[in-house]
Amino acid sequence: MIISGLFKFSCLYKKVNFVLFFVVDQLRSVSVDLNNDSSLLIDIPDALCERDKVKFTVHTKTTLNSFQKPDFSVSRQHEDFIWLHDTLVETEEYAGLIIPPAPPKPDFESPREKMHKLGEGEATMTKEEYTKMKQELEAEYLAVFKKTVQVHEIFLQRLSSHPNLSKDRNFQIFLEYDQDLSVRRKNAKEMFGGFFKNMVKSADEVLISGIKDVDEFFEQEKTFLLDYFSKIKDSTAKAEKMTRSHKNVADDYIHISATLNSIAADDNTALKQHLEKFAELLEKLRKVEGRVASDQELKLTELLRYYMRDIQAAKDLLYRRARALADYENSNKALDKARLKSKDVAQAEENQKQCLLKFDKLSESGKKELTSFKGRRVVAFRKNLIEMAELEIKHAKQCVILHSTCIDLMDSSFIFAVVQVRGRR
Amino acid sequence: MSLGSVRNPPPFLDSEDQEPEYDTGDLDSDDGEEIFTGTSNKPFVSTPPETDPSSDIFSEEGSYTVQKHTAPKTNGVQSDEELDLFAEATVELTLTAPNSRGRKEIIGPTEPLSTTVNTHGKLHVANTSNKPSEEVEEEESGDTFELNIAVTNPEKMGDGMNAYMTYKVSTQTTLPAFRSKTFSVRRRFSDFLGLYEKLSVKYNLMGCIIPPPPQKSVVGMTKVKVGKEDPSSAEFVEKRRAALERYLQRVVSHPALLQDSDVQEFLEREELPRAVNTQALSGSGFLKMINKASDAVNKMTIKMNESDNWFESKLQEVENEEQLLRRLHASVDSLVNHRKELCSNTAMFAKSVAMLGSSEENSALSRALSQLAEVEDKLEQLHQEQAFSDFFTLTELLADYLRLLGAVRGCFEQRMKAWQRWQEAQSTLQKKREAEAKLLWSNKPDKLQQAKEDITEWEAKVGQCERDFERISSTLRKEVHRFEKEKCRDFKHHIVKYLESLLRSQHRLVKCWEAFLPEAKAIV
Repeated sequence: MIISGLFKFSCLYKKVNFVLFFVVDQLRSVSVDLNNDSSLLIDIPDALCERDKVKFTVHTKTTLNSFQKPDFSVSRQHEDFIWLHDTLVETEEYAGLIIPPAPPKPDFESPREKMHKLGEGEATMTKEEYTKMKQELEAEYLAVFKKTVQVHEIFLQRLSSHPNLSKDRNFQIFLEYDQDLSVRRKNAKEMFGGFFKNMVKSADEVLISGIKDVDEFFEQEKTFLLDYFSKIKDSTAKAEKMTRSHKNVADDYIHISATLNSIAADDNTALKQHLEKFAELLEKLRKVEGRVASDQELKLTELLRYYMRDIQAAKDLLYRRARALADYENSNKALDKARLKSKDVAQAEENQKQCLLKFDKLSESGKKELTSFKGRRVVAFRKNLIEMAELEIKHAKQCVILHSTCIDLMDSSFIFAVVQVRGRR
Repeated sequence: MSLGSVRNPPPFLDSEDQEPEYDTGDLDSDDGEEIFTGTSNKPFVSTPPETDPSSDIFSEEGSYTVQKHTAPKTNGVQSDEELDLFAEATVELTLTAPNSRGRKEIIGPTEPLSTTVNTHGKLHVANTSNKPSEEVEEEESGDTFELNIAVTNPEKMGDGMNAYMTYKVSTQTTLPAFRSKTFSVRRRFSDFLGLYEKLSVKYNLMGCIIPPPPQKSVVGMTKVKVGKEDPSSAEFVEKRRAALERYLQRVVSHPALLQDSDVQEFLEREELPRAVNTQALSGSGFLKMINKASDAVNKMTIKMNESDNWFESKLQEVENEEQLLRRLHASVDSLVNHRKELCSNTAMFAKSVAMLGSSEENSALSRALSQLAEVEDKLEQLHQEQAFSDFFTLTELLADYLRLLGAVRGCFEQRMKAWQRWQEAQSTLQKKREAEAKLLWSNKPDKLQQAKEDITEWEAKVGQCERDFERISSTLRKEVHRFEKEKCRDFKHHIVKYLESLLRSQHRLVKCWEAFLPEAKAIV
């Protein structure tokens, strides 16, 4: 049942392609550094969900000569994106840049679980209730799908709009190579290396949080980013819980509305109309509430989630710089030792010069990147908070209208109904 | 909310709350002339600023919320509000164009509506003390007598496991049967149960639908007894207080029960003898359980020869309705729980955003984030209130009606039992007649006399049973009609009340976000 749901879902997706375009346009606002340079335009116009895998169609339009064709598409999987990200991170040259965070793995667990539960509880619901719940779940599937397409697309777009990263050879391969990339992806050995890398990373955390930086700018940035990261991580988790509760409330309205309809069907007193109107209202209401929940998800939770990852990327930059500093200090020590022993002095001197150069380059580009990151972040927050507030107002006003119309209808109809009763008496 | 706290007076300023339902009351009135008892200044019972503290209970226009038991000067303030209320009420009506005009046409010439105190024990929606309580819709009284009841002031008496809560039952009335116009007594929960026992014994055989009292709850009471002043036990006490109030209001809205001496004694008498047979673990408790079991068996074995289809179809309706209401109750319960969850999640989120805002380096963004935290805090309060409204307006209504439908079914069962008694009497009479015939045959004159006496006796019994059965049938019919009418009114009232609360919270939502928007735009 779940599998068939997925298949149906992918067909459903194809039908709503145009909707996706529109939505993705809105969603792009989460990351706002996309310049309007049209020499390299990337988008993900289509995606297919097969069993557990999502296949993205990456479409590139370019005027650059480095590409073989001006307009082409390839099919990529999530793992390909991860490979690209990791390759960029490991590239020495980009150590001073904030590498855009890798998109998270597509996670259909939550709607899948709900679909399962719905199937189990089918017997206890009326047919109409069941259909509505199923519709809701399908919408949720679609929302998860849209979101995952969006984050993958933004990843690529940030790369393409970065002056340095857009010229990366691996990036080009990713966009162009028209066959499966799996041959280039991580094999088991590298996976293990990845695990090791995580351990190194936690050591990094200790490294940079312990030492006080000489450079005032970096010291401030470090303190700020470390603190901010933990707070934003917490906020993201809480925002997720809140949006989920909202969704639950909206779902409850479906059940209540359906039961009211059953009661109204049996009832033949003056109450019948009221129950029907009430049920109708709840049905409309739950749609609005559902939209409130999903808007909140997009504008607030997604915003927090995205910048949490971005801040992690900024932190990574700081780690790399700290490592370069450590390297430089080590090279200094090595040089002193060499001078003491009068052995390999020239080599040690060369090493030290290289380390210093690397460190300085890192610091310089790091400073530029972090400053621009600040501006980006503030602009993104502003945009999303405004949009969220506007949407909330719009939905609440709509609710107000729904409620008042219903109350008015009820009052007037009840008068008539009671008059009839009186007349009969 | 602490136990025994007094509620705040409801804010009478929100004119949207005032939708006086004078018309339904009018149309319900049996006395046609009474419809427009409204010259604009019909005095309503609770007006004169009384210094008697017990009359504080009955605030303007018979809303059943409690006033502060402070100095009489609050009364003065209230009466000002009362008069303002009238003005507002009038204005309200003329503004809502098509409806009010529609209403006017139906009702005829009207004056500013005299929304007097309602006799029919309008149901009260309770709220916790710290939230603004919600308005009760008014009905113009059709009857000439009025009786209002409020249950307030829960107080804990005694200590430890022997502790119990007493509630103040205040009555305000113009009925001549009572000694004074306003009075109050303290009652404990078992007293309410005792009243129900007495009434059901008396009236069950007559086919009246006796409203059932709220249920016992060992868990809830134990927590209260142990003395924990936490919000859940406070909520339990509030829930119980509201339920007891609704129970009494339903009892007095029944015309027969209102005249009953037990009810009057309950309302009036200072000290009631302790109703011991309401304890769950007493001898009478066990007896009741056994009775219930035997009833259940009986129900399965009686096959009634129904002469009147109305009863059969009505019973079926009742049973169906009970099932659906049960499902609805479960759904609304889940809604309440989810909303409470939403409320707590919003609170946590608000705190988290506040922390985020404090560590944000951009000052405008930091300000905006703290604003966001405040907005979410307000939303949390909103959700909390909405959850309470969900609960007290809908869930408790449904729970009450589930119990009431059970009582209705009980009445049907009583009728079946009456029929059964009648049939048994008839068969006994038949046997006696046969015995007499046999005796005539065997010619035993002394026994014959006895047999003839027996026959007369049983003939009388049969007649009595038949009359009983007829009477119970007709009473039951009337009662069911009355019940349905009241149910209609109740549900409608509560649905509108619920919608109004939803409307209010959405309004406030709009205001919250509109206040936030400029802050967000100010980010630089």
